[in-house]
Amino acid sequence: MTQSKLNKKKLSPKLSPKTPDKKMTSKSSSSKAISKAVSKKTKSRAEPKPEKNAKVASKLKTKLKTKIKAKVKKQPPVQSAEPSAELLSHIKSVVQSHNSDPTQLLAILREVQEKWRHVSPEAVTAISEELDLPRVHVEGTATFYHFLSRTHRGKYTVYVNTSTTAEIAGAAAVAKAFEDETGLSFGETSKDKKFGLRKTSCIGLCDQEPAILINDVPFTKMTPAKVKTLVAGMKANKSVHQLIGKLGDGNNALGRIHSEVENNIRVKGPVFFTDFVPGSCLKKAMEIGSLDVIELVKKSGLRGRGGAGFPTGQKWGFCRSANSEPRYVMCNVDEGEPGTFKDRVLMTELPQLIFEGMIVAGYAIEAHQGIVYLRGEYAYLKKHLEEVLKTMRSNNLLGKRILGTRFSFDIQIKLGAGAYICGEESALIESAEGKRGQPRNRPPFPVVSGYLGRPTIVNNPETYGCAAKILLNGPDWFRKMGTPTSAGVKLLSIAGDCKKPGIYEVEWGKTVREILKMCGAENVLAVQVGGPSGACISEKQFDRKICYSDLGTGGAFTIFGKHRDLFSIVHNHMEFFVEESCGFCVPCRAGNSILMKTLEKIMVGNGTITDLQNIKDLGKMVSTASRCGLGQSSPNPLISTLQNFSDYYESKVRKDVDYMSQFDMSYAIADSSLVADRQPNLESQNPEEN
Amino acid sequence: MEQGHIKITIDGKDIMAREGQSIVQAAREAGVYVPTLCDFKSLKPAGTCRVCSVKVNGKIQSGCTTEVSYGMKIENESPELINLRRGLVEMLFVEGNHMCPSCEKSGNCELQAIAYRYQMAVPRFPFSFPHRKVEAKLPHLLLEHNRCIQCLRCVRGVKAKDGHDIFGFIRRGHNIRITVDTTDPDSLSEVTAQKSNGYLPRRSFD
Repeated sequence: MTQSKLNKKKLSPKLSPKTPDKKMTSKSSSSKAISKAVSKKTKSRAEPKPEKNAKVASKLKTKLKTKIKAKVKKQPPVQSAEPSAELLSHIKSVVQSHNSDPTQLLAILREVQEKWRHVSPEAVTAISEELDLPRVHVEGTATFYHFLSRTHRGKYTVYVNTSTTAEIAGAAAVAKAFEDETGLSFGETSKDKKFGLRKTSCIGLCDQEPAILINDVPFTKMTPAKVKTLVAGMKANKSVHQLIGKLGDGNNALGRIHSEVENNIRVKGPVFFTDFVPGSCLKKAMEIGSLDVIELVKKSGLRGRGGAGFPTGQKWGFCRSANSEPRYVMCNVDEGEPGTFKDRVLMTELPQLIFEGMIVAGYAIEAHQGIVYLRGEYAYLKKHLEEVLKTMRSNNLLGKRILGTRFSFDIQIKLGAGAYICGEESALIESAEGKRGQPRNRPPFPVVSGYLGRPTIVNNPETYGCAAKILLNGPDWFRKMGTPTSAGVKLLSIAGDCKKPGIYEVEWGKTVREILKMCGAENVLAVQVGGPSGACISEKQFDRKICYSDLGTGGAFTIFGKHRDLFSIVHNHMEFFVEESCGFCVPCRAGNSILMKTLEKIMVGNGTITDLQNIKDLGKMVSTASRCGLGQSSPNPLISTLQNFSDYYESKVRKDVDYMSQFDMSYAIADSSLVADRQPNLESQNPEEN
Repeated sequence: MEQGHIKITIDGKDIMAREGQSIVQAAREAGVYVPTLCDFKSLKPAGTCRVCSVKVNGKIQSGCTTEVSYGMKIENESPELINLRRGLVEMLFVEGNHMCPSCEKSGNCELQAIAYRYQMAVPRFPFSFPHRKVEAKLPHLLLEHNRCIQCLRCVRGVKAKDGHDIFGFIRRGHNIRITVDTTDPDSLSEVTAQKSNGYLPRRSFD
């Protein structure tokens, strides 16, 4: 088999993170059909069986025909139907339960989606009327988020994770099993509206893949056999909670979480997993006074743990000196970077510490309101967090006159609905206000004009946790750990090809090699530090250090063994950015699609050395001209591998020609050939033979 | 120096700008051309097209959304920026379906003019020829998604009587589209009344 064909097979998207209801399935599914034809044909060429060949062709033909039919059927209805009285009264009561507050739009849409399994155009109109919002505003929000849908997603919506860690753990087989058991393809909803199959980006369970969500409930370590049991349970109309198998460890086993998720805390360090008396940090803060709290945090050298590494004390100081009130404290639990899952564990095991860090921050900047923005994928933790907040209120750590002082502070939880971009702080604020998660133009920065136009600090939960412990143990204690520019510890989310995936609390400054040894990883091809938006490094750089001045990371540390295909990893990451771009600015929206197509060109064997240069040039344009952090880091999967695995790329492109057309006649007419009862002649245009 | 005036430098040339102005505004007043696409008259800048990208103290930023500050050193016509701007225009050309020869805006089109200015003969990127629908549900308004570059002029410029938005974004990523509120007849008459002021291309010559 020639190299080009091997690559053609690899390209077939076993699992692509595209949302299938976004009108692009037709394209990708037809290419899938072709790649299937390619692979089937090559197989049959090995042992020539003409009858079997005809069978395959006819099977493909019917498949294609049904797909074409489905495509024709998919036209959306032109006239919207009259909304039912039940829908109207439900929307009315939901909106009233949220005090007709337009900033609760996302929560309202989530509730409508949950009950009706979709947010219909009629529902959009009704919500906009109830909230007195422009209809386009509600429609814009309802169509932005992955977990909200215009069309019915079935009583049980199965979301299969398509991130790289899921793929290497066998997500394709799990996805296939769901298709076989339900008789549906991904992107479809069954006729009886019972099942809907969808794919989704990383759901923060990389250490226990393949993982899925059914409605809001996570199921981990999936196997085809487990799929069978789950589907049987759903067919028997069991509730999703009844389907949950063995409960996870720690708080995961509590009734209010009740999930299969495991914590996998592998290394406990001095900051997070040590004794903590609730209220102690806050008492200390009140002793020393709000200004000194900021000074103390500045002195500790604490920097933002979300990845960007902005000095926390400085941020708090800016916000406090902003001349506007009220101020807000926000906690960014929109942990969307594929490969990161430490915030999930923090919110499961240490919510009280995180919340206390938020209260301390609120005390320091003189705010009275905190907002936890919890990503939609972690909705199963909401009840747990609300219980913790309740306990804190009854212990006078939250609410009015905290600990008998004049300081009042309360925390509310806002849920996301599936959008990676909402991890960007200004997009997170927009989303918390009930809008589309589009980043804002900066300046003004959130510390000056954030939530509802007021001064706001947005920090990672890990940052709040560190701040709380710094108050207890002092800045010097913190500074002593780590490196001079990166003080303290970092929670790493280690996943991929290693023996012990999970959470590691390590001091900054450890080398990649040391960490690989800790988690039992051997024969490593590449390590993705900081997720797709970070760096993908090869063995030559394993002596580099994990710290802000060298390899910065928000926590993701994903390991790929020597037996993995680099291109499919990069392709998966690029697909992720294409899918998750908000689409607001040109370079990120258009540039990433072009970058991905160029990579695909190389993958099918049509790449030339010029394409590599083109990737570098375009990548630079996207990273310099984009509006927000997502856009600026979105070409990283390509740029970073092109830098660190240049030999590999060069071995996969042709050096004897400057230009190769991506157009292959037989490939282009493969679809129609099959429909017209002809075998597509895919071998004739083999570039290597030209 | 007058009160509220600050000195900035564009391509080595000293320019007096007023406080609160954007780089694009200050340059325009001083007679320095910075290309723009999504920027329009008095509308609040959106920063979607990035064609006004300039290099401010060594960092590329969009000129329409960045306010001037004292002593700013701005690069405008460097080879790097020209290449970037041309690249952005090329991205717009391959992303949608822009068929200049058959387009009634040809010859009076800002996108086309910028492409000429930066000597774009053929985009360096492959065309994507997307399938985009034309929405012609309304008597006086055509949503031509093939040619829409999501500049947000309509969203920013056209409002209902009560100030509500009539246009808006739906979906995200490369599937992002402009939509119009058709449920409110009053708002729509507003659209018809406002269409001549330039936020929207004219549909007919009535």
